[in-house]
Amino acid sequence: MQLTASTLTAVPVVTAAESDPEASALPILPYLPELIFGLVAFGILYWVVAKFVVPNLEKAYAERTAAIEGGMQQAEKAQQEAEAALREYKAQLADARDEAARIREEAKEQGASIIAEMRQQAQAEANRITETATKQIEAERQQAMVSLRSDVGRLSTDLASRIVGESLDDQARQSGIVDRFLAELEAGNVRAEVVGSEPAGSEGQGH
Amino acid sequence: MSPTAAMLLPMAEGESHFPPDPSLFWQPLVKFGSIELFGSEMTLAITRPMVVMALTVGLLSWWLIATTRKAAVVPSKGQAGTEAVYNFVRNGIARDMIGSRDFLPFVPFLFTMFVLILFNNWMGIIPPVQMPTMGRIGFPIALTLLVYIVYHWIGVRKHGFVGYFQFMLPSGLPGWIKPAILVLEMLTFFVTRPLTLALRLFGNMFAGHLLLVVFIIGGWELFLQGGLLSIVSLPAWIMAFAMTVFEALVQFLQAYVFVLLAASYIGGALVDEH
Repeated sequence: MQLTASTLTAVPVVTAAESDPEASALPILPYLPELIFGLVAFGILYWVVAKFVVPNLEKAYAERTAAIEGGMQQAEKAQQEAEAALREYKAQLADARDEAARIREEAKEQGASIIAEMRQQAQAEANRITETATKQIEAERQQAMVSLRSDVGRLSTDLASRIVGESLDDQARQSGIVDRFLAELEAGNVRAEVVGSEPAGSEGQGH
Repeated sequence: MSPTAAMLLPMAEGESHFPPDPSLFWQPLVKFGSIELFGSEMTLAITRPMVVMALTVGLLSWWLIATTRKAAVVPSKGQAGTEAVYNFVRNGIARDMIGSRDFLPFVPFLFTMFVLILFNNWMGIIPPVQMPTMGRIGFPIALTLLVYIVYHWIGVRKHGFVGYFQFMLPSGLPGWIKPAILVLEMLTFFVTRPLTLALRLFGNMFAGHLLLVVFIIGGWELFLQGGLLSIVSLPAWIMAFAMTVFEALVQFLQAYVFVLLAASYIGGALVDEH
């Protein structure tokens, strides 16, 4: 019962002051010292509030507003950046797809051209081999012809010498009768049916 | 009255203090004699309400400075508490009543007014003080005087001296009724407003304190009677407790109403036209 006790402690004070004119004055008449004291008290507290409290609080408010606005701007900026990054990424992706398609296309073309080229090369190689073979055959034929010519010549002269009975070997060779005969034969000047008489004739001319 | 009761309740001349009368509010602590003022005698004294007022100013100054000295964007607990009260006055009263354009210069005035009245009112129920300062009419008059000066001063500053009186008249009135309305408006501006502002606060605190004293002292007196009457003191004290809680609400409400009306008068004087 502190409530009761503390109210009661005031009672003796009241009792002691009962002789003052203020004790019996109308309660709506101000006691002047209290009025003045009230003005002074308000003045002091007002000075404290206006000088220290309100400026600090308003400063904190302004900073808070700035911080919130700053945060919102920052968030907006981040959002924009993210959107820009997404756009860029999408663009890059599209580019990459195009690039891939292009590369595939190129590869296809390249593959086709490589095959064609290879085919061509193979063809060329085949041709070359064929040609070489032909040339070789030709050369061998020439060679065979030359050796055959000399063989035929020798055999002919041998035969002729045997027939004629004298050795025409050296003489014949020296005079080039055989060669000339063969050349004529090649050139088609000597007919096949006169082969049997011509050599005799030519030999006869030669002699 | 039994001897035990006389011991418990030190009543000087053995007389009863029930029912309490207005002299209860005259509590000089230190007297310096008396002087003659305007033909009547006045005691020079430091009274208990003065000490309470000084105490509240000191405590409020200390608390407000301590919690806002390092006011930060992210508030500490103390700062958050002070800010809640400050926000209430700044946004809930000043900005709403005066308008967001001009309210800021009046925030320190209204905030000081609110915390000072609220704390002094609550001193009426906070032990061991239990003295509602505003139950002494000198204090409400002092505060009302300040509000009175402020709203007339800014009214005259905004509209000019003659313009201020023209401003009191609502526009679009027929010429013949203007003088009567001007008298009524002047009565409102110069008499009714300050009178009601001061008396409302004073009356509530004065009556509230008397009511509490009635239940508490009354309960005590009943208790001392002995027998069946002693038992009746229990509901009296329960009632005293309930009234104390009720008083806390009234005391807050009166501080709020006083500052709200002050802001409304200031806002009214700053309005461009009717």
